[in-house]
Amino acid sequence: MEYTYLLIGLIISYLIGAASSIILNKKDHLCACAAFISASIASVFGIILSLSVVFGETFTFTLSSSSFLNFGFFVDRLSAFFILLISIAVFAVSIYSIGYAKEYFGKKNIGYLGFLYNIFILSMILVVTANNAVMFLIVWELMSVISYFLVVYEHEKPEVRKAGFIYIVMTHIGTGFIILSFLILASGSGSFDFETFSSTGAAMPQMLKDLVFLFALIGFGAKAGIVPLHIWLPYAHPAAPSNVSALMSGVMIKTAIYMLIRVFFDFLGAGVLWWGVLVLILASASALLGVMYALMEHDIKRLLAYHSVENIGIILIGISVSMIFVSSGYTELAAFGLIAGLYHTVNHAVFKSLLFMGAGSLIYSTHTRNMEDMGGLLKKMPWTGLFFLVGSISISALPPLNGFVSEWLTFQAQLLSINLSDNIIKIAVLSSGAALALTSALAAACFVKAFGISFLALPRSKAVEHAKEGPKSMLFGMGTLSLLCIILGVLPFYFVPVLNSIAAPLVGTTISKVTFDLSLAVFSLRSESISTMWLFLMLFIFLSLPFILALAVGGRTPTKTYDTWGCGQPVTTARNEYTATAFSKPIRMWLGNIYRPHREIQITYAGSPYFKERLTFDAQVEPIFEKYMYEPVAGLVVSVSRILRVIQTGSIHAYLAYIFITLIILFAFVISGGG
Amino acid sequence: MLIQAGIVLLQVLIILALAPLLSGIIKKIKAFFQIRKGPSIFQPYYDIAKLLRKESVVSENVSWVFHAAPAISFAAILTAGLLIPIYISDMPFDFAGDLIAVVYLFALARFFTALASLDTGSSFGGMGASREMFIASMVEPALMLSVFAIALNVGSTNLSYISQTISMAGIDAVSPYHLLAFVALFIIAIAETGRIPVDNPATHLELTMIHEAMILEYSGKQLAIIELGVMIKQLLVFSLLANIFFPWGISSGFGIGIVISLIVYLIKIVFLGACMAMLETSTAKWRLFRLPNLLSISLMLSFLALVSFIIVKGG
Repeated sequence: MEYTYLLIGLIISYLIGAASSIILNKKDHLCACAAFISASIASVFGIILSLSVVFGETFTFTLSSSSFLNFGFFVDRLSAFFILLISIAVFAVSIYSIGYAKEYFGKKNIGYLGFLYNIFILSMILVVTANNAVMFLIVWELMSVISYFLVVYEHEKPEVRKAGFIYIVMTHIGTGFIILSFLILASGSGSFDFETFSSTGAAMPQMLKDLVFLFALIGFGAKAGIVPLHIWLPYAHPAAPSNVSALMSGVMIKTAIYMLIRVFFDFLGAGVLWWGVLVLILASASALLGVMYALMEHDIKRLLAYHSVENIGIILIGISVSMIFVSSGYTELAAFGLIAGLYHTVNHAVFKSLLFMGAGSLIYSTHTRNMEDMGGLLKKMPWTGLFFLVGSISISALPPLNGFVSEWLTFQAQLLSINLSDNIIKIAVLSSGAALALTSALAAACFVKAFGISFLALPRSKAVEHAKEGPKSMLFGMGTLSLLCIILGVLPFYFVPVLNSIAAPLVGTTISKVTFDLSLAVFSLRSESISTMWLFLMLFIFLSLPFILALAVGGRTPTKTYDTWGCGQPVTTARNEYTATAFSKPIRMWLGNIYRPHREIQITYAGSPYFKERLTFDAQVEPIFEKYMYEPVAGLVVSVSRILRVIQTGSIHAYLAYIFITLIILFAFVISGGG
Repeated sequence: MLIQAGIVLLQVLIILALAPLLSGIIKKIKAFFQIRKGPSIFQPYYDIAKLLRKESVVSENVSWVFHAAPAISFAAILTAGLLIPIYISDMPFDFAGDLIAVVYLFALARFFTALASLDTGSSFGGMGASREMFIASMVEPALMLSVFAIALNVGSTNLSYISQTISMAGIDAVSPYHLLAFVALFIIAIAETGRIPVDNPATHLELTMIHEAMILEYSGKQLAIIELGVMIKQLLVFSLLANIFFPWGISSGFGIGIVISLIVYLIKIVFLGACMAMLETSTAKWRLFRLPNLLSISLMLSFLALVSFIIVKGG
């Protein structure tokens, strides 16, 4: 019963947030406070609800029931896990938004932002709690449309409108496939209830199950951003306000992961081997290509958007390994892979929301997204810098923070593939380990670039010289998630058993031994363990060693401040600094076959060829997927539409004639006894 | 409990004491091959002591990252040192991290060194950081595949267990995949320790330096810490090679056996150092964009190690 109150409290709080934004929309400050504070209160309800389900029992709440459809909510441990994920991110981001909304005071309608923000979050919560396919599709569509409106919040900019268009097209292609997938499931099970799907889905004919799998993979893959369906992310995430991009990238794309797990493990049962292998290949490609394209970006939000593609790939590597194990009958190993995937899901939600908020703070203070114009911001925004650094270390999978734990789990899950019987599959899974290692190394390179170029050294433009730290609420939001990055990293032995219990109903078993003595121990090959807590402690102890050594041997010595050495000429301007483009040059050359970089240098001379007047330099990498996959398809659609336009004369008489002809054909069809 | 603390403490002391010595020995051997006399093998100690006593000159552009990076890198490398068997195969801290953790602790050290190098605003720093991260990206997949090959062969990623198992198996442990993984890791060790043909630790020429470019702005105490950290990392990488691939003679428990174990260990790393010195003398530094070839060889070898293991044993 208490669950019901919590759920109602949650929904009402979001609705109050939405309503009060509309009512107060003339008063910017008040409106922002009302909208975002009620969202954070709602998120607290969400956290309590999800925790009580994770540690308690499955909860169902029926609104209306009929023989055909039961409208209501269904919260099992998996849903609760995703409610928790959403609520944690929403809590931090909402508090951050109270300050961040000032960016739009007087320029944009805050009421509109607050309204959409609350409804958007509510729709995400409903997506992960919907109990039948019809309700799911309604709230899924609501989520997509509301997020579209949030993406085009700054619609006066043409590039934002273009981003919104790409997003809405891609998301609807996805929805189309999802509908197909659900229709097949419904025809197979005779009901639209998710519960019926999960009890009868596994018994469907194999060909139908294959179709459901493929359509769900395409449909939800488009939302998650799996390569090659990822093209909307680098447009939509930068276009949206930063607090919204934090939620879109941190949690919205996770709703697709939720449904992928739901369909693959719950609805379809054990599945067949090639499903897992296909997902594994796509996941590895997403991880690698995502990080590769991220490296080439110097728009900080586009860079982060490509990292979402990468991390979705990493999450799906864990999940696909789990699928491979399930289909081969190794349920305990499958639980392990799923835990790795789920752990990375929560980690990515935390550090990606954090990083997007950090990027938002940069934009708030400098009004630019271009890293080449930033620099030296660590001294001007010390806290934002510190939080961004924590996020960077996490996403680069460096110990002792959270990214490392989930990647370690993923590596161990890949090693377990030695138990499989097919040698080719073994080699494929193990090779994806190399892909994952390359991914994390490139991610580290990318975040050395992102942090180093924007926060360190000298300011690169006038705009950032006067940058100041943002409001306290923004720092609080980022601080919360930074702390969570450390907690999730250092104390994994508290969280893995919980994930174990979440994965259990999906794969049918739990891992017997996951923790001992404050470390994470898994039964991988032998009994592997890491203890990030001990690593963290030892790091701390050893941090003091250099200072002790220096004092003991050298005593106190003076420190002098002087120019940076620049071959005799002091480095006093930012013109001497390395740029983001230059930083990624070696990798651009190494992977030139993928990037296909091209550059254009235009020089105008002042009379003599010895004196250059102007030099413009333009370097780009080729967007392969857009050029070779989407442009031909879009071209085809346009040319087919042109042909079809012939029948659209614009004259009402013609249209009446069409209706008449159609009627006659239908009559003829019925009379002749068809159908 | 007390014995375990003793083992850890002794390990840290041995690492700190031996790291500069190994550097000195390699320099001496290199000098021998180049028909020079070369500095004393104790020169690295003098250098570090000298640097620790000098005043530091710090660029006016830097933030706290520049000041903190040497200590963080040093701590990360030394923490990795607790996980790697040196003179005893049963490490008290083996539960805290495995081979994968070692790889990522080294990455943590590299991450901060690279950030610090960008902090001064000098283009040398940026150049160094860019190249270092580039090489690291090429190393990592090969490294992980060889880690996988070793782990599957032995049945664990736990370093203590790996050492013990191979040490007990004796000569039987030598197999094609064992050797293939060794050669792959040896190439990676060249890159990880920044040696010719990947990087030249003795150069200060803009066009060729990688690691030196990153630490160009450091002086005095901080430089000493960085130099010591680099020497420790070199010792640890050699120890990894030695105690994963030929751990024979390593003591499994704490007792009088550790003296022999330590002597055997010294012989092994001096041998590896001699190999490295020979290689450094006989080859020239490669152009940066030829390095993908070298590291692809390593990737291929580790892949072959993995595949041959699966075909021979896993079928």
